[in-house]
Amino acid sequence: MRNLHLNFGGVNALFDVSLNIQEGEIYAIIGPNGAGKTSLLNSISGLYHPQKGEIYFNGKNISRLSSYKRAQLGIARTFQNIELFKGMTTLDNLMLGAHTHIRSGALLGGIYFGPAEKEEIRQRKFIEDIIDFLEIEPIRHEVVGTLSYGFQKRVEIGRALALRPKVILMDEPMAGMNIEEKEDIARFIIDINEEWGMTVVLIEHDMGVVMDISNAVCVLDFGKKIGEGSPEEIRDNPRVIQAYLGEEAVI
Amino acid sequence: MNKLPAGLFNISYREDRQIFHTKFIRFWMVILLILIITGPFFLNGYLLSLADLTGIAIIGALGLNILTGMAGQISLGHGAFIGVGAYASALLTSRLGISFWLALPMAGFVAAAVGLFFGIPSLRIKGLYLAIATLASQVIIIFTIVHWRSLTNGTSGILVPSPNIGSFEFDTDRSFYYIIFGVLVLATLYARNLFRTRVGRAFIAIRDNDIAAEILGVNLFRYKLLAFFISSFYAGIAGSLWAHYITIITPEHFTMVVSINYLAMIIIGGLGSVLGSIYGAIFITLLPEFLRVIAGSLNGIFPDIGNALGALREIIFGLTVILFLIYEPNGLYHRWQMIKAYWKLWPFNY
Ligand SMILES: Nc1ncnc2c1ncn2[C@@H]1O[C@H](COP(=O)(O)OP(=O)(O)O)[C@@H](O)[C@H]1O
Ligand SMILES: [Mg+2]
Repeated sequence: MRNLHLNFGGVNALFDVSLNIQEGEIYAIIGPNGAGKTSLLNSISGLYHPQKGEIYFNGKNISRLSSYKRAQLGIARTFQNIELFKGMTTLDNLMLGAHTHIRSGALLGGIYFGPAEKEEIRQRKFIEDIIDFLEIEPIRHEVVGTLSYGFQKRVEIGRALALRPKVILMDEPMAGMNIEEKEDIARFIIDINEEWGMTVVLIEHDMGVVMDISNAVCVLDFGKKIGEGSPEEIRDNPRVIQAYLGEEAVI
Repeated sequence: MNKLPAGLFNISYREDRQIFHTKFIRFWMVILLILIITGPFFLNGYLLSLADLTGIAIIGALGLNILTGMAGQISLGHGAFIGVGAYASALLTSRLGISFWLALPMAGFVAAAVGLFFGIPSLRIKGLYLAIATLASQVIIIFTIVHWRSLTNGTSGILVPSPNIGSFEFDTDRSFYYIIFGVLVLATLYARNLFRTRVGRAFIAIRDNDIAAEILGVNLFRYKLLAFFISSFYAGIAGSLWAHYITIITPEHFTMVVSINYLAMIIIGGLGSVLGSIYGAIFITLLPEFLRVIAGSLNGIFPDIGNALGALREIIFGLTVILFLIYEPNGLYHRWQMIKAYWKLWPFNY
């Protein structure tokens, strides 16, 4: 990602941000509220279009692609404020996640018996693996709008996994959770990275978690990148301490 | 929520995906099918004509429910799309001498193409604004039909031939019934299958959260237009059936009021539900008849009240719809689910 500039009527959400995310790593983005972290993810997934700068994915310039095409290339994400399909069941949410892996269109789907059914069942097996992995078996057939916050967060992760992405962008997946729930999610993230082989880009406020699980950290402040490196480097970086960690240290 | 009765477990994904889960339900489906097939032998002419009108309305309502209930794209032009199908079929058969059996799907495609065109604004606008844009399509289409006299004969309408196979004419309520219900069964199965596969899921996803749908790889452009296409295809089929059933069509059959009636059907029946479309279409088609019968019978006892009721029919109709919206906003289908859930647990429903 090179020299991204994004502004909203005078507000610089991102100013000249360049990052380099390596395949296979857990890359954390930290920074105070309003620093531009969500805007950065939105730019990567194509919801925002930066006025300047380019985004490369596997060497390919994707800056002008619409977001559904970026999904087809293998970029999935979860949202800070859960964005599920509230009227659908957990299963259907996950099956929709596999949308790009199913071929049958309006004709075969409407006939159903034959290819469409086979395909649905094949996907279902894969979806059930995700359901097992995230431990959401009991809510398989529940409408997600009725689920608890914690379950909804998990379903959203599951839906992103169903896309079988190369990289998964997670916007504060642990926000508002207690320590136990955070540990669960942290374990999922490590497994997603190690077992499922996906690159993870993670926005997280809890420095403890970030230090524990990430390979690389980037710090944003007022839309500018003020530090990037290994968790240890970030911890010892004076600018970062001053801008971000400093606040807590003073308290 | 679809909960299975206790003691019944689906042990394969295939079973879990079935529409009719229990033997009990499958038994009743067979009974229903037998009733549908043998119905014409029990029903008198008046009831048969109601059954035919209801059948056509269900096909139209299924179409609108795919667009509005599933994909969340509100349309106030459904009546006009039905009109396009009716006129297409009428012209294909009466002017070009094409057989009804070919004209029926062709009418579907003509209406679908027109619906696709008028669906283009949905890529930019949503909700109320889209409703207004589709209202424009209603006005434009009817204006065209009324004023393109050389083609449509304007307000005088066109005569439409009855379908036939060899020398057998489908020109009675009874014979036409079988055409309508044959198509209806196919239309219902297609809609039901669409619901449980990829395209239907994408429609519902767009309705619930279009941004999330796009982030997961759903091409909004394509799927919104596809929803308009499929929905207007249903409208075209309903229109063709209507034209060949009524055998004379005029622009008045496809006004705004028709579009609104279809919206009322899917709202009252249940948005985004196949069964809901069926309940709603039955309800809205039969309600005026029901009111008419009541007015008629009261007429014998209190002549004046009967007359007044007759005049008030439209108002009572509107009032019923409004009361429904207030007290049963999730539709008849939802109420039915609640009743089923209640009995499933009875008598342990504390
Ligand atoms: N859609 C938008 N319209 C206007 N301003 C926005 C929009 N999205 C983000 N911003 C602004 O950009 C800045 C960064 O926001 P955001 O990326 O959400 O920060 P973070 O996720 O780090 O808390 C904020 O000042 C916010 O007000
Ligand atoms: Mg944010």
